[in-house]
Amino acid sequence: MKLLVPVKRVVDYNVKVRVKADGTGVETANVKMSMNPFDEIAVEEAVRLKEKGIATEIVAVSAGPAAAQEQIRTALAMGADRGILVEHDGVLEPLAVAKILKAIVEKEGPQLVILGKQAIDDDMNATGQMLAALLGWPQGTFASRVEPADGALKVTREVDGGLETVQLRLPAIVTTDLRLNEPRYASLPNIMKARKKPIETVKPADLGVDVTPRLSVLKVEEPPKRQAGKKVASVQELVEKLRNEAKVI
Amino acid sequence: MTDAGRGGPTAAEFDAYLDGIRRLVDQRLIPAEPRLEGEETLPQDLTQALREAGLFGISIPARYGGAGLTMEQQVRVMLEVTRASAVYRARFSTTIGLGSQPILYNGTEAQRRAWLPRMASGEATAAFCLTEPEHGSDAGGLATRARREGGEYVLDGVKRYITNARQAQVFIVMARTDPASRDAAGISAFIVPAGTPGLRCGPADRKMGQDGSATCEVFLDGVRVPAENLIGGREGEGFKTAMRGINHARLHVAVTCVGQAQRLLDEALSYALRRRQFGQPLAEFQLVQAMLADSRAEILAARSAVLETARAFDRAGEAQGSLVADIACCKLFASEMVCRVADRAVQIHGGAGYMRGTAVERLYRDVRLFRIFEGASQIQQILIARDMVRGARHG
Repeated sequence: MKLLVPVKRVVDYNVKVRVKADGTGVETANVKMSMNPFDEIAVEEAVRLKEKGIATEIVAVSAGPAAAQEQIRTALAMGADRGILVEHDGVLEPLAVAKILKAIVEKEGPQLVILGKQAIDDDMNATGQMLAALLGWPQGTFASRVEPADGALKVTREVDGGLETVQLRLPAIVTTDLRLNEPRYASLPNIMKARKKPIETVKPADLGVDVTPRLSVLKVEEPPKRQAGKKVASVQELVEKLRNEAKVI
Repeated sequence: MTDAGRGGPTAAEFDAYLDGIRRLVDQRLIPAEPRLEGEETLPQDLTQALREAGLFGISIPARYGGAGLTMEQQVRVMLEVTRASAVYRARFSTTIGLGSQPILYNGTEAQRRAWLPRMASGEATAAFCLTEPEHGSDAGGLATRARREGGEYVLDGVKRYITNARQAQVFIVMARTDPASRDAAGISAFIVPAGTPGLRCGPADRKMGQDGSATCEVFLDGVRVPAENLIGGREGEGFKTAMRGINHARLHVAVTCVGQAQRLLDEALSYALRRRQFGQPLAEFQLVQAMLADSRAEILAARSAVLETARAFDRAGEAQGSLVADIACCKLFASEMVCRVADRAVQIHGGAGYMRGTAVERLYRDVRLFRIFEGASQIQQILIARDMVRGARHG
């Protein structure tokens, strides 16, 4: 079974992001970039399926600037077999990425696409679902457990009320939640072996995809600063303030 | 040895590796530190994590299965790893330093092929046996004997404070092959596989700190090894062989001191920001600030010295022997420095710093070792001064 794992280049989770002075977005110049952590979980799951003998080939794909090659290399070092970079400078909205991925799926013919449930930069949580809709494939989102079951896939999902288990017919889409696995650290020999693994570069136009943005960002601003709290001397005073000042009881 | 000869990573690949190591330290090793308290040896799952991170192979060239890192790269890896308890480092330090370097630099090709790949993968832990009950720093007075009998050597003696002996698959044993000699020239180095009849480990030593890292005595009682196990195949080269490992190990101890000092300072600063006295955080008091500032300045000095010496080590290649005094300076300064930083970190913590269960209390006990082993501070002073006097006399 061939697997496709999309990986996104995002600001590293340790970086404290700053809003650009003109309010058009966040500062990404001279900021450490990494693979989206949910995508690392997706790569890890794919590599585990390969180690169990269920997957035969893992293709890592990234849509973004030329530098997104670094994130593909990380996926290759973790155990993916080859990479595809869909090179595009500028904004890529979830629908554009889903269309790009659809085109790659039609070219590569994977049985399973594992994506992060969302990226930590814009928290859209949309690409996996849109891709499933475009392909007309079943989807198991927010997966905390993935088990192959007779040519199908059993996916445990983290939902508000608890855990829901769904069975997906293949081919299918899975999006990963935090508790699915703990991604490995690529060892140095594997990082060096990844050097020899091929990365193919294409443009959205080569895939016949129009990536023109359909949304416009009006303004990006810092969350409001938290106001200092008040200390109360007694329960009576607390109740009084909750009733008359905060008006919550 | 050149970079090309080591088969190491590119700068980008190394940075990616260092990223993974940083995460291993912050997400796995530091949180697991409380598990080490009272343990004789490092728990299996944590040892396995060190193996998977490739840490046993950082000093071994790629053609023997290692990572092929330069000394500067090794130092940068160790600066990260030693922010966590030095006990983790102790688990693989004997393999990357005194265990593998003598074989790498002075061993025969057959010895390298037999042992280095197994050491690099972490499958074979090495233990280095120099110190004896009657001979520590004065290794020239070594009493363990090795006598030739046909195609074999027979080893007799006792070794003391041997780190990782009970975990080791292989021992590098220093023994006197020339019974008439009373100096270093009569000493040879041998590879002794664990399980060789006559080799026995004593019970684990009870130490001031470093819980989770075991040392013990090693008894050699008529231990027979084939003559091929003489490192380099020539008698009398044991000390030269050992010095390769000792140079490596001393620089690594200096790095460890810097990593531990950084951790101690991080703990002290975080406590000084949290803890309030007289209506403000400790970090606002100038007398506390002085302790923080002195520590940071000393750490920067030691870190700079170690990195500069590591670069010199890489440039020197085969001539690394010329760096003995500089490496001794690093080890002397960094080990004395970390003990001063540990003392201040405990002081900043006040009563809490004296309580079991506080990180700085544990680190304070752990770092005391570094002024003693791999040559005590006084031995480093002698090495440095001797080098100066010799240099001045001979120009």
